[in-house]
Amino acid sequence: MAIKNFVIGCFQDEPQIFEAVKKVRLSGFKLHDVYTPYPVHGLDKAMGLRGTSLHTAGFVYGLLGTLTAVGGMGFCTAISWQLNIGGKPHFPLAAFIPITFELTVLFASVGMTMTFCWLNQIMPGVKKHIFHHRQTDDLFVVAIELTSHTSAVEVSQFFQSLGAIEISEQRAEEGWWYGNFARQEPYQEAGLTQQAVTP
Amino acid sequence: MSLKYESTVREPLINGDKTFHQVTEDIIRPIETRPGKLWYVGLTLSLCLLAFGIFSVSWQVYYGVGVWGENKTVGWAWDITNFVWWVGIGHAGTLISAILLLFRQGWRTGVNRAAEAMTIFAVLCAGQFPVWHVGRIWDVFFIFPYPNSRGPVWPNFVSPLMWDVFAVSTYLTVSLLFWYSGLLPDLASVRDRARTKIRKWAYGIASFGWTGTVKNWQRHEALSLVLAGLATPLVLSVHSVVSMDFATSVIPGWHTTIFPPYFVAGAIFSGFAMVQTLLILTRRILHLEDYITLGHIEAMNKIIMLTGSIVGIAYMTELFDAWYSGNFGEGGAFWWRIFGPYWWAYVMQITCNVVSPQVFWFKKLRRNVPFTFIMAIVVNIGMWMERFVIIVLSLYHDWLPSSWSYYTPRWPEIGFFLGTFGLFFTGYFLFAKYFPVIALAEIKALLKTSGESYKDKMEPIEEESTAQFIQQAAHAHEGG
Repeated sequence: MAIKNFVIGCFQDEPQIFEAVKKVRLSGFKLHDVYTPYPVHGLDKAMGLRGTSLHTAGFVYGLLGTLTAVGGMGFCTAISWQLNIGGKPHFPLAAFIPITFELTVLFASVGMTMTFCWLNQIMPGVKKHIFHHRQTDDLFVVAIELTSHTSAVEVSQFFQSLGAIEISEQRAEEGWWYGNFARQEPYQEAGLTQQAVTP
Repeated sequence: MSLKYESTVREPLINGDKTFHQVTEDIIRPIETRPGKLWYVGLTLSLCLLAFGIFSVSWQVYYGVGVWGENKTVGWAWDITNFVWWVGIGHAGTLISAILLLFRQGWRTGVNRAAEAMTIFAVLCAGQFPVWHVGRIWDVFFIFPYPNSRGPVWPNFVSPLMWDVFAVSTYLTVSLLFWYSGLLPDLASVRDRARTKIRKWAYGIASFGWTGTVKNWQRHEALSLVLAGLATPLVLSVHSVVSMDFATSVIPGWHTTIFPPYFVAGAIFSGFAMVQTLLILTRRILHLEDYITLGHIEAMNKIIMLTGSIVGIAYMTELFDAWYSGNFGEGGAFWWRIFGPYWWAYVMQITCNVVSPQVFWFKKLRRNVPFTFIMAIVVNIGMWMERFVIIVLSLYHDWLPSSWSYYTPRWPEIGFFLGTFGLFFTGYFLFAKYFPVIALAEIKALLKTSGESYKDKMEPIEEESTAQFIQQAAHAHEGG
């Protein structure tokens, strides 16, 4: 995790963002991320991201639940303490179905949700830099990381040509940290966040 | 050209000329402004009911379950009736959020958040009944399979009552996860526009630091789809298991194979009625008529009519079976159900559940808000009566005429039931004040296809031939 320099461009609509992402990838600028107020279908493909394997994780957790249920109940009724109830079987698989199903669903959902939080690095108390306060409202924000080969002016010109309605240069932590959203971070208080000079 | 297209034949899901920002404003406004007088009055009333419920339960814990009106013949009454009724109400939330998601029903976005919240509170209320009915509440942990020094003696995993423990607790957990994972992006919206420090801090914690990157959303979509896929069979299984509490017994009137589908249909029926009750009030009080439109109300009324009819067929099947089986006990149970001293309960059940929903064949009545509100309450009363009829009316005239008895509830039972209403409405009032009652991000994703003002822009597309449309859509992102 490190504090880096970014230039962000804010767009107003979906079609613009697809075009912007495409051009950023062609231009060779270092695309940090795109922030959208709602899931934009196909944007992950446009950015060249691979599909998520969260489903697979869910399947594995579900399987674990199935095994836990069958194994656990089987242990209790057939191994640990056998009860003879009218000669009925000690391992009545059919009667185990409801609980097995419930535990499969329980393990899969809890496991997947926790993996979801882990992969997205979200948790109560986690703070991340918000590039624009309207990125969860109505703006589509593209963040480009500045490298030794790119200048802020160059990137803001680029955003301007794409029709961004707001462009700014920001110095920010790229990862997450434990923090309070009500508090400004020191690097922001120092006035390093500034409106980029529009040429 | 936009890639998004929806036929103009479909009714808009969002009325008025809205922008993304306007949607945020409309939905988050109740969180940022002081609630009206009605909210304080409602919350106070709910808290009073809750307090009376706590008092009634404490009374029952202190003196024992004997303070309830149950007797030797009618050993199960209001407690299990209320349990089944509340669990059933909970089913609508998951049906809307999961099953309608899989069926790609766009209208679910207007109502799913509130319905899921309702589910959670309803299941919490339902859970109270079996828990406090155990009598010795301090021994309630015996239901969990933990290694113990009594043998070890394990719980009976082949008992439907044990299945219920697993089914209901899994259902509560999954509903909670589904609801909260959907809330994360919306809580982040509240956080990012918060003006006060305390709100920024609180919603900062509640939103888990959500920022809305593309990868976040990709995983979010995957998570909601899989949770929906898991919740769909789950919701069907939960009420099936609840029905097996009865169906696996040998009591005439309970021992029926149609119970699982019959209970599930009834659950959806009563659940939608409760959703209607809450949402008609919510849209009015929070001014959300543009998002919860007459179209939404009509769609839910259609489901109420369908499930009401299914329930009606189930009642007829029961009667037919009782006659056709030639089983003396079964026939007797239904004879006493209809012609015994409790005839009024059966009449109420049939009138409220089978006869009254048929009025929804008329479009005018389906789209009439005050009428729907009254109907929703009628249906809820009817479904409560159904559970009461199944439970008490199958027990009160048992095998031995000398044991026949009549059951009347006593005040601690009534207080307990009222207390769960207090719990339910306290939860709902707090939810309506502190959470976005409509799924913000999901509405935004739909806005440009299903918003009223955007629908007009679809007309030129309607004129085009399919080949033209495909050609344009395929090249929409080229060059620019």
